[in-house]
Amino acid sequence: MALQLTTLALFLIAITGFVMTRRRALAQGDGTRRNLHSQPKYHGYFVFLATLLPGLVFLGIFLLFKTPVVNWLTMNQLPAELRNQGSGALSLLFSRIEQHAAGGQTFGELPEGAQGAADFLAMARRAATWAIIPFALFPAALGFWFAQSRVQPTFRARNATEKIVRGLMIVCATLAVLTTFGIVMSVLFEAIRFFRMEPISEFLFSLEWNPGTAIREGQAAGADQGSFGIAPLFLGTLLIATIAMATAVPLGLLSAIYLAELAKPRVRKILKPMLEVLAGIPTVVYGVFAALTVSPFIINLGTSMGFDVGAKVALAAGIVMGFMLIPFISSLSDDAITAVPDKLRNGAYSMGATHGETITRVVLPAALPGLVGAVLLAVSRAIGETMIVLLAAGLRANLTFNPLDTTTTVTVQIANLLTGDQRFDSAKTLSAFALGLVLFLVTLALNVGALKFQQRYQEKYD
Amino acid sequence: MTDATAQGSAPGGRRIDSDAFRSRLATRRRKGAILKYSGLIAICIALAILGTLLFSIVSQGWQGFLRTNVELEITYNEEIIGGDAEDIPSGAFQEIARNGLQKALGLPPEAEDYDPSDLNALISSGVRYDLQQAVRDEPELIGRTAQLSVPVSSTMDMAYKGKLNLDVDEGRRQLSNQQLEWFNQLQDDGRLHSEFYWGLFSNSDSRSPELAGLWAGIVGSFVMIGIVAAFAFPIAVAAAVYLEEFAPKNRWTELVEVNINNLAAVPSIIFGLLGLAVFLNTLGFPRSSPLAGGAVLVLMTLPIIIIAARSALRSVPPSYRDGALMLGASRNQAVMKTVLPTALPGMLTGTIIGLAQALGETAPLLLIGMQAFVAAPPEGINDTATAIPVQIYLWANAPERGFAEKTQAAIMVLLMFLLIMNATAIILRNRFQKRA
Repeated sequence: MALQLTTLALFLIAITGFVMTRRRALAQGDGTRRNLHSQPKYHGYFVFLATLLPGLVFLGIFLLFKTPVVNWLTMNQLPAELRNQGSGALSLLFSRIEQHAAGGQTFGELPEGAQGAADFLAMARRAATWAIIPFALFPAALGFWFAQSRVQPTFRARNATEKIVRGLMIVCATLAVLTTFGIVMSVLFEAIRFFRMEPISEFLFSLEWNPGTAIREGQAAGADQGSFGIAPLFLGTLLIATIAMATAVPLGLLSAIYLAELAKPRVRKILKPMLEVLAGIPTVVYGVFAALTVSPFIINLGTSMGFDVGAKVALAAGIVMGFMLIPFISSLSDDAITAVPDKLRNGAYSMGATHGETITRVVLPAALPGLVGAVLLAVSRAIGETMIVLLAAGLRANLTFNPLDTTTTVTVQIANLLTGDQRFDSAKTLSAFALGLVLFLVTLALNVGALKFQQRYQEKYD
Repeated sequence: MTDATAQGSAPGGRRIDSDAFRSRLATRRRKGAILKYSGLIAICIALAILGTLLFSIVSQGWQGFLRTNVELEITYNEEIIGGDAEDIPSGAFQEIARNGLQKALGLPPEAEDYDPSDLNALISSGVRYDLQQAVRDEPELIGRTAQLSVPVSSTMDMAYKGKLNLDVDEGRRQLSNQQLEWFNQLQDDGRLHSEFYWGLFSNSDSRSPELAGLWAGIVGSFVMIGIVAAFAFPIAVAAAVYLEEFAPKNRWTELVEVNINNLAAVPSIIFGLLGLAVFLNTLGFPRSSPLAGGAVLVLMTLPIIIIAARSALRSVPPSYRDGALMLGASRNQAVMKTVLPTALPGMLTGTIIGLAQALGETAPLLLIGMQAFVAAPPEGINDTATAIPVQIYLWANAPERGFAEKTQAAIMVLLMFLLIMNATAIILRNRFQKRA
């Protein structure tokens, strides 16, 4: 309620500022625009932005940090002996304090000293609800007053407004960098916590992945103990990605060659959008297709041929992932092939090469950097794909390269570890972030590698 | 050159009219034909895959839009219900429904040689709540008798749709011999029929397949898409305009560009990790809320829209800018008044395609807590919510047989929404391309 009121008030003040200032600027110029440096509306925009922006920024800051700050202050109300428990017990205590503060159904009495924290929390939450009004409106009023005081005929309001707008654009463009920064920080931070519990050498070189059970000798059995060797996960990921690429690369490349070089324009115009339909299908749909249609088919086929088939076969997940990647590879390769200039083709024809020879000996070598880039990007997508493997591949880590066996992948484990019960101080939960770090680094290397490879080897024909 | 080849009478037959040359040419042409036909075969396989995918969805899913109902004569028996319409336990209505079934099957009111719960299991567990609600809305019903069409249980539904193998031994069948007999009797009497199941769109998730629907998922998905559209579009357009029109060419700009291109290729589950660590754990967004989901999807969609918006801006001819600048516009004015309006349709197309991608995204939503059972649409952006793709994932993993066809039906609904969005994008593109 307070939030909507504040937002509404901010906009009202800003709009009033716009209207008022525009009129005042015109009046100061003795009624004609000629005496002003900038048009009156730019004076108005200037006040509008100078009022709204500080208000919205502070509103955003308030909303983002309200909960963490209130919680932190509440925890500080607790006596020291309560505060120094393990983080699991502490978060349990905190949720009980929250229940008491909310005044609803409570389970038992709070421990000594915690009642004060609950009262404080209730008070702080009430205060925080309404504190937003001065917190956002005061900076807005300050901005309004400052901008108003600048209005004179000589004030370069247009330049000032444009500068503000330019600044806003830069902030928006920087958001992408901030996102990357946020990804790296969040994954790295939790991964480091994980590596403090489990040595990094074990993570990289152990052949066993079994979070939650004690495997090694001398390891205390408990919920947090387990063996965290990434090797079987990586092997499984590699197996499924290999199957996917074996399906997608020939089909995707040949389709692209056909569409770009051999098909008549009319045929191309029909076929290309149909291929794009495949690309627009969400991965969860492919996952269901793999789990409910392709898997049973492969299992029946394999069993009838006398193979030893697992309950969830890597082959099904891999093939369907390949299906998903066909349009991806095909459209990137298509771009690479059509980017080859016609003079190369004409040169080949004039030397007496057939159409087929022109394609295989001239066009494809010229497009090779682009094609390699497409394949590398497809590998990156295959490794990072989650929903297909989550639905069609298994959970058990298996050190095998048999496509008819059950395997698991890095992404499946991340999703599995982070859905359900979580405790952010257990190695089991944190290991998901270590896996995420590996996944991020590998896909980053592939993406950047694809880009660099293209830049380095692509001939410039102009 | 032809002359030179023709004159050289080498033993290999270099002459154009020699048999050796002709056969070699035929081989070369054959190689080309092989390439052509393998390309054609490849694209046919790709289209066959698309066809198989769609066929498997439709063939397994069309019955998910249907639900089997049974015609019963329901007597709102006063003795069972009692007088007060507001305060009747739902168990009483189960008895009423059972009496209706007994009447339909010609069984005596007092069960002697069968277990009443076997009879209860024939109709949906939701029937008693429907009846309870009906009496609450209209207390005059008490004491009357009405012809009603009520949903049967999921097992009966499967049996009626022919998806249950009824020829096996009793131990391996989901219906007991007794229940099978009742089922056949109801079917022979013509009391069972399929009806279109509107609940698929108006009900929310349920543990019983015959009551489950997508309403909560649809609301959740579109709230999140709304958040994405409200934030990602303006931010992306501003970023694209800056990078394309104003940014100086320096290391910083290059870094931003590489960053955006890379972000577009980062696996979606990594964004889920980001959302979990930053939005949930650090900033305290509520778990599995549309707010948290929308925030993650905004970050995921941003690079896609930025890339599309930049290519739309690049396709505006430089003469537009030059013309505006020549007339005395500032650079900001030139961009805002001429370049941006011209590029807007292209930007909107890219945005809709980005939104369609966000609509189908599942993995990051699972990580921010949207794998929980949610039986009501969210009441605000802080409420627990679910989304259509998440619902598909949950139903695909559900053990009940009835959810298999529901999964495929939900996929059809999702694909329908995507089709509408993509068609809008294409129409938008075609309409404005002609004008430009």
